[in-house]
Amino acid sequence: MTEIIQKVKNLSIGFKSKKGEEILILRNISTNIKKGETVGIVGESGSGKSTLALAMMGYVKHGLYTIGGECEFNSSNLLKMKNRDLEKIRGRKIAMIPQNAGQALTPNLKIGYQIDEALQLHSDLKEEEREKKISELLNKVRLPSPETIALRYPHELSGGQQQRVAVAMALAGTPDLLLLDEPTTGLDVTTQAHVLELLNFIAKDTGTSMVYVSHDLGAIAQVSDRIIVMYSGEIVLEGPSRDILKKPIHPYTYGLLKSIPKLSLAGLPQSMPGSQPQPGTIHRGCSFFDRCDFSEEKCKNNSPQLEYLEELNTSVRCFNHKSLMNDSQVNQTVNEIKTSTQDKEILNLSEVSISYAKQKLLDQVLNRISDDNPTVKDININIKKGETIALVGESGSGKSTILKSIAGLLRTKGGIIKFDQNRNLSSDLKERDPNDLRIIQLIFQNPDESLNPNHTVEEIIAQPLKLYFGLKGEELKKNIIDLLQKVRLGEFYMSRYPRQLSGGEKQRVAVARAFAAKPDIILCDEVTSALDVSVQAAVLNLLQQLKEDFGTTYIFVSHDLAVVRAISDRVAVLYQGRLCEVGPSKDVYQFPSHPYTEVLLGAVLEPDPDIKPKLVAEDIVEEKPPQKGCSFQGRCSRILGDICKNEVPTWQITNSGNSIRCHIPLKELQKDQIN
Amino acid sequence: MKLDNIYQEEKKSNFAKVSEIIITMASRPSGFIGLSILIFHVILAFISPYVAPYDFKAINPTLMLQAPSAEYWFGTDDLGRDVFTRTILGGRTALTITFFGSLIALLWGGLLGIFCGLVGGKTDDIVMRIVDAFLSIPWILAMLLIVSLLGTSTEVLIPALGFFYGKGIVRVARAATHDVIAKDFIVSARARGHSNFSIIWNEIIPNVRDAILVEGAMRWSWMLLGFSSLSFLGFGVSPPTPDWGLMISNARGLMSFAYWSVIAPIVGLSSLIIGINLTADAFAKALGIDRSTKAPV
Ligand SMILES: Nc1ncnc2c1ncn2[C@@H]1O[C@H](COP(=O)(O)OP(=O)(O)OP(=O)(O)O)[C@@H](O)[C@H]1O
Ligand code: SF4
Ligand code: SF4
Ligand SMILES: [Mg+2]
Repeated sequence: MTEIIQKVKNLSIGFKSKKGEEILILRNISTNIKKGETVGIVGESGSGKSTLALAMMGYVKHGLYTIGGECEFNSSNLLKMKNRDLEKIRGRKIAMIPQNAGQALTPNLKIGYQIDEALQLHSDLKEEEREKKISELLNKVRLPSPETIALRYPHELSGGQQQRVAVAMALAGTPDLLLLDEPTTGLDVTTQAHVLELLNFIAKDTGTSMVYVSHDLGAIAQVSDRIIVMYSGEIVLEGPSRDILKKPIHPYTYGLLKSIPKLSLAGLPQSMPGSQPQPGTIHRGCSFFDRCDFSEEKCKNNSPQLEYLEELNTSVRCFNHKSLMNDSQVNQTVNEIKTSTQDKEILNLSEVSISYAKQKLLDQVLNRISDDNPTVKDININIKKGETIALVGESGSGKSTILKSIAGLLRTKGGIIKFDQNRNLSSDLKERDPNDLRIIQLIFQNPDESLNPNHTVEEIIAQPLKLYFGLKGEELKKNIIDLLQKVRLGEFYMSRYPRQLSGGEKQRVAVARAFAAKPDIILCDEVTSALDVSVQAAVLNLLQQLKEDFGTTYIFVSHDLAVVRAISDRVAVLYQGRLCEVGPSKDVYQFPSHPYTEVLLGAVLEPDPDIKPKLVAEDIVEEKPPQKGCSFQGRCSRILGDICKNEVPTWQITNSGNSIRCHIPLKELQKDQIN
Repeated sequence: MKLDNIYQEEKKSNFAKVSEIIITMASRPSGFIGLSILIFHVILAFISPYVAPYDFKAINPTLMLQAPSAEYWFGTDDLGRDVFTRTILGGRTALTITFFGSLIALLWGGLLGIFCGLVGGKTDDIVMRIVDAFLSIPWILAMLLIVSLLGTSTEVLIPALGFFYGKGIVRVARAATHDVIAKDFIVSARARGHSNFSIIWNEIIPNVRDAILVEGAMRWSWMLLGFSSLSFLGFGVSPPTPDWGLMISNARGLMSFAYWSVIAPIVGLSSLIIGINLTADAFAKALGIDRSTKAPV
């Protein structure tokens, strides 16, 4: 048997509520981390996964306290240890990479210096040895030319490179256990795939045990040997990675896997009803009871225990796991989306360009924008009524910028935005009349930011109703209740404040507010990326339903290609503010593709151990679009040479109407990509 | 703790909100002490004209500098006036003037700060430069100039103090507005086409109100000190109006042999300032705003 390096025994952590009740965040957790293995901990936000990871290094967040149990490392309980002794372990024996670790680097210190500091703190190396060790570490995390990287400042590195530096610093003390809390969340798809591949390599190379915490089953699937699924502060399923992903025998995991959109499947995944109960609200029975498709009478009042199944080497907390064992291949069924695209054109962008450059005084006086290399350029798209068109691309590709211009929040530098075939929309918000503003509504990524924390749900939804339709009194109230019903929220939500709602509920309120204006077009900017997967599917289904009912047109921005695949009729791929490929979604997801689309598709992480990401190009980030030639030349692995550097490629159109902007002839692209 | 909020369902009436804040404030020892002192002073200011045992301006040369006794609890001053009477009346003017002064400071400082935060850019830059320039003038000199030109009537003192102590509020209001303005709910309101007025009133003010009120409360205690210093220098209210600053100034030469005539107003003034300070701190804590890191300007 392999050596166990961390033993968590009956761990409970919680806090005291204002009323003096003890509220549990972690409930009786027991698990072992073996030497050299990578354990993934998945769960929705609030399931306690980060609290567990922090406890594994002897840290309990301010306001929380250990109610019982222990975390044993090297046969001593970290939770009872003195701070002085813990300092000797943290960073040396157990290291942690928190979320956004890359961004947390000190901005005014050189990379090499920061790693050196970590080495001084966490190792006993002498000065000369440290210098060697720095380049060794930078090499290990596969940063190009370690000597020059060491001399750079954090802001001179891309997000992925910063994350690698964070990994290098964590490895400075040659830890036995590496804890990673959402290490790739917030990174671009391509970067994410590269960082995960690096972590896999390091796990094999150094034999370090890793605990990988994430809400993203796709990422977990790529790195872990074993998976722990948490729900509401408990472990509900724990076992070998492959079995859990292929044959989940707990209803929650089963539902979770079914609600994740897949690249290979068009149409919306089934959603799981409800949301995870808040800590302290479960008093008896199975905590998943409300949302469970397999529940029985006895689940209501009796709490299932974690049961170890010898033959599967799996622990499960469910009375009914046997019935799932027989037919638990995750046969994903999707709700086919009906396209409601009509022939009528509703919005047309022609030759739109947008610049963020600071304007010179003369240009300001003449009220014009001059910038020969604007952030967004040459955007030509026409959008049909009732269509869902998605804009995809990495961070910084100009997706939000284009949405802002359509909404009038950002002036365009040139080009025309035309509504309903004949109405030119002014590029300045102040010049648009109220009706022009009403027809286009926005839904934002993060409902915490887009809902005023000091307004009740009623006040939030009332705003557009009062503004555009002048509703008052009973009629206003009736309309609000109506809208709440449409987004599947009850009337009693009216008096709540955003902080009293779950993430999914908040986003529903934001959706209701957008629909209150009776808009023709809704701009959705990453509307599901702040949501848990189980909730994401529900919001996507809701958006689809509303669209079918009202004939609304969506412009849907997302970095998640699987989500885009699920909901959109047409996809436009952007790189550095320039269009690369535009076409019906089923064709964009098939070869031939633009080389950039190929990179994006290759990097998608699926919750399936058999589908590994294909890393086609480097994950470098370019600051600015190139002055001339193809926008993707800097990263293209298929680059042809001078022609790509000098000439902007023309559009090539496939038989199915997919447009690709690349110098390589379609036939060759297809041939290369299929091989 | 944040999680607790989830369980409170009802939208509360304003009255319920205010009483909850006061209860939270009073539940901390320092807040309780501060509130008690402040309430004591406010009540005293209201009732003192009716309970004062003597006439505050009755000069009696035969009773000069009497030590405290059963008849004259705090003794008498150099003109034979009852120090107890003058002490309990001495807070009235200070409290009234600074209270209204603070309201004025809140109003203009808050509105200008919100405006600057909202418009940003050049206008904001220019306005803040001007505010900074004012901040760097020693306020006491400027006040002296103002009162020597316009006199020391209440109508002059209230707006003048309100003006000087509003500068700090501008900064706080502007910073708070800056934080809010970047949020998507403001972008959303803009995109919907709400007017600037509606955005300020509905979206910004509810989110910056707390920070501004806390700052206002803090400014109040500073203004009180400032006002008393003016009186002390002889530029505040004029004699024979009973006023702590004035009383301290008059009696300071007598400290060595008639300590009572100076101790009473000092205790009055300092207890009120401490009271307001503690209350403002408790208020900030009850609203979840941490002031501890900020040094007063
Ligand atoms: N206010 C601004 N001033 C200057 N440059 C900006 C500004 N906002 C965005 N940019 C730049 O414009 C480009 C496009 O940004 P945009 O926000 O549209 O990207 P995005 O595709 O929405 O990315 P993400 O997925 O990160 O939201 C980026 O290079 C970004 O750095
Ligand atoms: S115990 Fe019952 S309610 Fe809980 S997951 Fe199993 S079947 Fe569902
Ligand atoms: S035009 Fe050239 S650089 Fe651009 S995508 Fe095609 S091959 Fe790559
Ligand atoms: Mg964006």
